Amino acid sequence: MIRFKVEDREGNVQDIEVPADISLSLMEVLKASEYNILATCGGMALCATCHIEVEEGVEELGEPSDAELDMLDTLPIVTSNSRLACQIRIGEHLNGAYFKLMAEEES
Amino acid sequence: MIETDICIIGAGPVGLFAVFEAGLLKMRCHLVDALPQVGGQLSEIYPSKPIYDIPGFPEVKAQELVDNLMKQIEPFKPTFSLGERVEKLEKNEDGDFVLGTSDGTQIKAKVVVIAGGLGCFEPRKPAVEKLEDYEGKGIVYMVKNPESFRDKKLVIAGGGDSALDWTIFLANLAKEVTLVHRNETFRGAPDSAEKVFELAKTGKINLLLNANLHSINGNGVLKSVGVINKEKEVTELDTDYLIPLFGLSPKLGPIAGWGLNIDKNAVVVDTFDYSTNIPGIFAIGDINTYPGKLKLILSGFHEAALMAQSAFKFVYPNQKLSFKYTTVNGVNAF
Repeated sequence: MIRFKVEDREGNVQDIEVPADISLSLMEVLKASEYNILATCGGMALCATCHIEVEEGVEELGEPSDAELDMLDTLPIVTSNSRLACQIRIGEHLNGAYFKLMAEEES
Repeated sequence: MIETDICIIGAGPVGLFAVFEAGLLKMRCHLVDALPQVGGQLSEIYPSKPIYDIPGFPEVKAQELVDNLMKQIEPFKPTFSLGERVEKLEKNEDGDFVLGTSDGTQIKAKVVVIAGGLGCFEPRKPAVEKLEDYEGKGIVYMVKNPESFRDKKLVIAGGGDSALDWTIFLANLAKEVTLVHRNETFRGAPDSAEKVFELAKTGKINLLLNANLHSINGNGVLKSVGVINKEKEVTELDTDYLIPLFGLSPKLGPIAGWGLNIDKNAVVVDTFDYSTNIPGIFAIGDINTYPGKLKLILSGFHEAALMAQSAFKFVYPNQKLSFKYTTVNGVNAF
């Protein structure tokens, strides 16, 4: 099992535990865990509604792809640890990480 | 006015296949899509990417699938309004729907099928207070007519290609241009970035890097924009216009205002026939939601088949529907 922490937009922190071989993206796990993210594009790095900030464990994640960087680049607010959850695959490397959901953009 | 049995909003793979399922039941379709070509995401975003989960195709390129679907629905002579967005939907006294597009096209249909995929791509808005109060009163998200900015003071926010391109273009036209970017580098085209730095060096524009929009001020009309830097210092910039250019984000668009049940940007449907809460309106493909929903093309195809069975009752209220296999019955062209 992999365990990581997720902080929602209200500041509540919760431990999430998933099997290492679940073969999902972090976005899919967050959706399945009832977090309020739209994930409109279904994981194609097109909508940025799964925007998260990696508080801990960012160096384990590897570099974002060009498609992800291009999308992050257009957003009004990002930090140096901003990522799109849909582009992060679940795996051992997420053990002990801490993710924070970013504020939802104005609709 | 265009008259048809079914008006399909969205000409992506699922909208296209709905024409086939409707055609088998002798229902004619007209499709409307905001994009200038059919195929939706497949043609617009990843035409040459392979898809591996279409039954019967171990691997098929996205555009090839669209081309095949067009061939498959050809016998049913669908008609199209492309490059037009459906803006209005009304029900007339006969119980028919009348849809109006952005180009003023009117379509009368007995059934409406929303196959809108991700929705329409609309400008992404920054989270700044009072933003909405000043939309159209100094805040614009698109440069439609550059002349309207002649001799005006502008603040452009963003760091992508369109922010760079418009900064360069408007630098010569406007009285004053300030570009606000939250980073100190630009990922956009290196040529454009270089030009922007050059314009800043020669004093043609003001370039505020490591800065974000912070506040909006005015009295009914935009007067100034507050910009905050990394040191949390706010600078007030007098301006006539603010042009936030933060890319496009998929939104439901006008569909959201039609009284349909919506959950998290998707249309809630009954899995019996993918009908919405409004009789005669169905939603299929990525735009709908129900327990267990998978955003797969193949799920959308299934949804189209079931939708057509129920749509039949609206188009031919006095006829009985008998289910026939294409292997037995063939495909009877219109």
